[in-house]
Amino acid sequence: MRRMLITLLLCALAPAAATAQAAPQSGDVPETQLERDVRALSSELRCPVCQGLSLQDSPAELSQEMKDVIRQQLAEGRSPEEVKAYFVSKYGEWILMEPKAEGFNLAVYVLPVVGLIAGATFVFFTARKWVRQGGAAELAEEEAAEEEARARIA
Amino acid sequence: MNWKRVAMSFLFSLPVIGLLAFGLTRDPRTIDSPLPGRPAPDFTLPIFENGEGTVSLSELRGQVVVLNFFASWCLECRYEHAALAMASSMYRPQGVQFFAVLYNDTPEKGRRWIEQMGGQPYPALYDEGSRTAIDYGLYGVPETFIIDRNGLVVQKKIGPWSFDELTAAIDKALAIEAVDAPTDGPEAVKPTAAAVQGGAE
Repeated sequence: MRRMLITLLLCALAPAAATAQAAPQSGDVPETQLERDVRALSSELRCPVCQGLSLQDSPAELSQEMKDVIRQQLAEGRSPEEVKAYFVSKYGEWILMEPKAEGFNLAVYVLPVVGLIAGATFVFFTARKWVRQGGAAELAEEEAAEEEARARIA
Repeated sequence: MNWKRVAMSFLFSLPVIGLLAFGLTRDPRTIDSPLPGRPAPDFTLPIFENGEGTVSLSELRGQVVVLNFFASWCLECRYEHAALAMASSMYRPQGVQFFAVLYNDTPEKGRRWIEQMGGQPYPALYDEGSRTAIDYGLYGVPETFIIDRNGLVVQKKIGPWSFDELTAAIDKALAIEAVDAPTDGPEAVKPTAAAVQGGAE
């Protein structure tokens, strides 16, 4: 019992200890707002030389250089939207990890919802049909049994 | 057979088949570039081979410019090098300027590569930090931009050139007349429809 209690106590304290370890130490350089903005923007832009990776997730040299450009432009006072517009003007909308919800791009947002609704409707009607068919067959069987019983009595 | 059910299934699967057909018949490497038909981004880059000093695109207004991005580690760059070298010599009398821009590489390696390729009759530029490459929306190497006399990008080519393809693209750029009007915005000078045709490859 005591061993169990100790194990439970250790399990409860482990996340807290891990968090304390992960927290920045007093000697670490705190992340600036600029770095936070660079990270956020880099997550929204695609790495041109990778397969489906954002600039933030990509280790490619070009991605690091593009992050430098983001950092420089933000430091010069450009807004995140202006920086994004700069990359779109060079690479097209392809560079955005999430395409804008307009025109043909709408299909990306609408089709999954339409598919989900169509699938749910199909499952609902099919299940209802099965239930009805099953019920009707059960009823027919019961009636047949009754008929048989009556015939025996008679 | 329940024809109504077959027809309904076909009707529902049609958009999916359409989407798959659209996606599977496209080359994922062919991504439309927004640059053709727009002013080429200006740059000033140092020459590290076949010349001295720096090159500024703005000073080349009035001349057709062929800007080829390459690297010593790029295999496909080897295939097109002879075509570029031959074309640069052939079009020199007509004032066509060729430049090779080194991408994600060191000038030493670039110089050695040029030597291995048997030399290069046009200057090689060093783009430290890939700022010019990013300005041109580069995906990789080789990539080439053909810029007309008005400073507009006529064509962007991803991948290696054949000689015939390259000369046809330069002829198209040469056919566009220089316009004296300022070319600060995309509206200032419009290249002919024929010139922009086929824009990004």
